[in-house]
Amino acid sequence: MTAAIEIHGADKHFGTVHALRSVDLTVEAGDFFGLLGPNGAGKTTLINLLAGLSVPDAGTLKVMGFDVARDYQQARRNLGVVPQELVFDPFFTVREALEIQSGYFGLARNDDWIDDILHNLQLADKAHANMRTLSGGMKRRVLIAQALVHRPPVIVLDEPTAGVDVELRQSLWKFIQRLNREGHTILLTTHYLEEAESLCRRVAILKQGQIVALDTTQHLLQSRALGSLEDVFVAIMRDGGIKARA
Amino acid sequence: MRGFLTLFFKEVLRFWKVSLQTVLAPLISTLLYLLVFSHVMADHAEVYPGVSYAAFLVPGLAMMSMLQNAFANSSSSLVQSKVTGNLVFVLLTPLSHWEFYWAYVLAAVVRGVLVGSVVVLTAWFFFPIPGKAPLWIMVFALLATIMSGSLGVLAGIWAEKFDQMAAWQNFIVLPLTFLSGAFYSIHSLPSFWNALSRFNPFFYVIDGFRYGFLGGSDVSPWESLLIVGSACLALSWTTLALLRSGWRLRT
Repeated sequence: MTAAIEIHGADKHFGTVHALRSVDLTVEAGDFFGLLGPNGAGKTTLINLLAGLSVPDAGTLKVMGFDVARDYQQARRNLGVVPQELVFDPFFTVREALEIQSGYFGLARNDDWIDDILHNLQLADKAHANMRTLSGGMKRRVLIAQALVHRPPVIVLDEPTAGVDVELRQSLWKFIQRLNREGHTILLTTHYLEEAESLCRRVAILKQGQIVALDTTQHLLQSRALGSLEDVFVAIMRDGGIKARA
Repeated sequence: MRGFLTLFFKEVLRFWKVSLQTVLAPLISTLLYLLVFSHVMADHAEVYPGVSYAAFLVPGLAMMSMLQNAFANSSSSLVQSKVTGNLVFVLLTPLSHWEFYWAYVLAAVVRGVLVGSVVVLTAWFFFPIPGKAPLWIMVFALLATIMSGSLGVLAGIWAEKFDQMAAWQNFIVLPLTFLSGAFYSIHSLPSFWNALSRFNPFFYVIDGFRYGFLGGSDVSPWESLLIVGSACLALSWTTLALLRSGWRLRT
């Protein structure tokens, strides 16, 4: 079976900063995978390489078997990315933004799916509101909706719940879990480690551009005999990495 | 194809939603130029025999506003998207560099031609001018806006801040359009400035466009076509190569 994400030897510098150091990572199709690490560890850089927003200095990255450089069109059709930055186009309404995003992926009649996303992200009553008028949490929901609009098999969520209230967080995770059950692969980065613990089957921890832990969430908890993923994370940051099992 | 059409329509919609600023404002400023200059210069010698200064001025001003607005459309959209970060919505899609380029350039063509048409039609009420060679008018309108739209994409790729874009506008586009024979025939210039004008591709689009209306020009429309066509090709090739490389768009 083709892996959802395959990364081999991904290396990236920004000037003198070595942001990623020969990262190898495989995420199986259908997995709910957590990519964790402190600020500046390289999580967003890795996602940007995967999405084609950055170009690696070395290494290969594939989405559903498609090389992100050579077969970029197929790779991007298979990938939906929720960016970390709260960005929006102030010229358009929520619905227009989603229709436009659909169109970029060549989808003509996507109204049913757009309605479904709007409903599940509690955006239905804001469909005709201009993006400028939305609160931060609402804008975050639209970002998520835009990433899902072409039904990508692989969904990357870069800190999707930052600045989002508890109610929406819960409904968002229900929706994402539903997508995961339906076969979508989820790659999540978050600083809310309790979320990662409850949602992610496997976890990788990045530190200074290197993967220092890679295992199932359950094994990580057992290996350190600690009560929570947060404790494991703190221990790894303090002591260094542990060998990956998978 | 749908991806390209979506980006193209989105870019058209973007300027249309603020048409007061993107269509009406240039119309007003161009008409003001026309009223003031045609009044001040009315008693001066005719630039071409039998052609009033106002008739000479209308095609030049219309083309000048087309050039400026085509450039403004692609450049401001790109730099705005880069600064606010929403360009990511386009960069994450399977759109090719060809689709990206033509969507931005053709939207610039639409705005440029729209502004130019409105200027010519409105000016015609005050100063009726002939349209002796409509095909030349259309050819130069199209090539001029493609050239300027391409230059706008190039500037949008390069600029990372609004002041960098303002530098393009003020130090490159504005001098090239003002010193292009929009207000005068280059035959009236001293030989040095006359020779220098011939290195300005904007001179040839204005001259060729004016030929379409008046049937007279400073150089042959074929010469203008050759030079403007070459400038379009060179700019398109450069811009497409930069888009393909991801320079300043994909880090």
